[in-house]
Amino acid sequence: MSISFTRRAKASRVAMLLAPVVAFCCAIVASVILFTALGKSPGQALYSLLLEPFLSWYNFSEVLLKMAPLLLIAQGLAIGFRANVFNIGAEGQLIIGAIAASALPVWYPMGDSAWMLPAMLVMGAGAGMAWAGIAALFRTRFNANEILVTLMLSLIAAQVLNYLLLGPWKDPNGFNFPQSVMFPDAALLPILLPGTRVNVSLLLALIASVLAYVLMRHRFSGFQLLVGGLAPRAARYAGFSETRAIWMSLLLGGLAAGLAGASEVAGPLGQLQRSVSTGYGYSAIIVAYLGGLNPLGIVISAFVMSVIYIGGDNAMVSADLPVAAVWVFQGLLLCFYLAGLTFIRHKVTWIRRKVAP
Amino acid sequence: MNAVDFILAGMLAAATPMLLAALGEMVVERSGVLNLGLEGMMALGAALGFITTYTYDSHALGFLVAAVGGAALALVFALIVLGFVANQVAAGLAIGILGTGLSSLFGKSFESLTISGLPKLALPLLSDIPVLGALFVQDVVVWLTLLLALAIWAVMNHSKLGLIIRAVGENPHAARAIGFRVLRVRCAAIAFGGALAGIAGAYASTVYTPLWADGMIAGRGWIALALVVFGTWATGRVVFGAFLFGALSLGELTTQAAGVNIPSQLLACVPYIVTILMLAVISSNRRRMRLNTIASLGQPFEK
Repeated sequence: MSISFTRRAKASRVAMLLAPVVAFCCAIVASVILFTALGKSPGQALYSLLLEPFLSWYNFSEVLLKMAPLLLIAQGLAIGFRANVFNIGAEGQLIIGAIAASALPVWYPMGDSAWMLPAMLVMGAGAGMAWAGIAALFRTRFNANEILVTLMLSLIAAQVLNYLLLGPWKDPNGFNFPQSVMFPDAALLPILLPGTRVNVSLLLALIASVLAYVLMRHRFSGFQLLVGGLAPRAARYAGFSETRAIWMSLLLGGLAAGLAGASEVAGPLGQLQRSVSTGYGYSAIIVAYLGGLNPLGIVISAFVMSVIYIGGDNAMVSADLPVAAVWVFQGLLLCFYLAGLTFIRHKVTWIRRKVAP
Repeated sequence: MNAVDFILAGMLAAATPMLLAALGEMVVERSGVLNLGLEGMMALGAALGFITTYTYDSHALGFLVAAVGGAALALVFALIVLGFVANQVAAGLAIGILGTGLSSLFGKSFESLTISGLPKLALPLLSDIPVLGALFVQDVVVWLTLLLALAIWAVMNHSKLGLIIRAVGENPHAARAIGFRVLRVRCAAIAFGGALAGIAGAYASTVYTPLWADGMIAGRGWIALALVVFGTWATGRVVFGAFLFGALSLGELTTQAAGVNIPSQLLACVPYIVTILMLAVISSNRRRMRLNTIASLGQPFEK
């Protein structure tokens, strides 16, 4: 007996909705097995990872706080992924955005202008765009693979951040910690939910989600992007340009990531730190895929991923799980999801072989 | 020791992790599969290799376990992209994240421990040449890697097996029509690439810098991926590119030794910047890229 996949005539909607849920359950089971093998208590790990984020208002608000950058970046990346432009350097675009946004409060630590914050957000978004734009330039002008270029740019961004925090931008009164001065109030995002750390960046991310939905659904350009990426030659016949799809995908992705970086330093961090991104740029890739590259789905997957982030933080304390456990879980989740995607377009058939001739 | 001696003596060892990973990936890509998870497989190999070598005090065993670990992770990738016909870019990223996560999970209690590396072997006569002689004093893995490169070149270009792998990569449907099992060939190539990536990681953590530190692969898996493009899928050029990068990665230490005052973080960017520029130079010749690119690279195969 053997298994065989046959193509469905139409994509299965049930499978489309079921795939992320089943993948999530499989990833949970696989990680529990792994953590048990490593001698951790699986019950405690599961409790911390999945339940604790919902058990107190504070924990839940932290989930919403984490959700803002993930959602924002994932929406930006999904535009490119739908057009087959693989920007995997959101991490670097976020870092550069955070650096650019920090320039103002670092140079004017006593600043109290009402323009400071908007200027920071614009600078962050612009810098993220410019950083991704380098990849777009290299791809369109020199045909250089954007996957490798965006990733290399991320590694460079991380070094630039290190350089600034160990050198010129280090807080002189910071006990030699690699971090900048604390930002003035004028450089901080207003709090959205009183009593928590949730700021207006969540609102920005939700607005971005609506815009992404509009771009995909109602605007001609969404279609153009899709065709430009999926079938460059067909797109050229139809008068769309592949070059435009590449530029648009990378610039929008960079803009979102840069804005997320600016919101991090102007939000929960309040200063530029080495840990300005705890892998948001990479997690957002998973968020984008898990949401089916669909703006609505991404809102849900960003929420789920934030729960895992906060749960992972809790599990570090209560179940003695290392930070890396969250990465293992995320990797497993994407693996299972990609495998599960097959069932959307394929039907499983069991072939019974009687006697081989 | 002056800068030239220093670079000559060190560049082969510095190149070896990238070269091993790139050679494996080259074979995988020749069979038509793009595995972006190189960084993760190297990290896993580095962690497993270090843990084994530290625990059992045997480099050989460390390399073996690293190879098995890398191949096992690669087989997960193979299952997803060959069995479940998934998008190879996304699956490669997933494997990369998974491998990096597993490496820090396993390596956590071994952080900052050190072991001893491997002794250097001098090739008789050649190592006595003035100046260039330093090039011929290397550890055994470096020599074996160069032999492996030669073997891969011979197999890919002058053997039936190489012909089969290339046929599967260039035109899987035709290859299937004349009786080759496309998925089986690709699966074997992926496992081979994973094993080499694992060994590459183990070399980095047990010989080149004999210690385990989280994130120690530091982009070398991605540079290896770029090297395959730089070498336009030809063994000799991949080897040349790896040596170039080996020398480049020593530049940081050399300039510091020479007393040039450039912040080390900015010098650490040089290999990444060069990777981007090199990709641009190689890829901008679109005609040559089209001639050399593997025709079915990254495309799923369905009967």
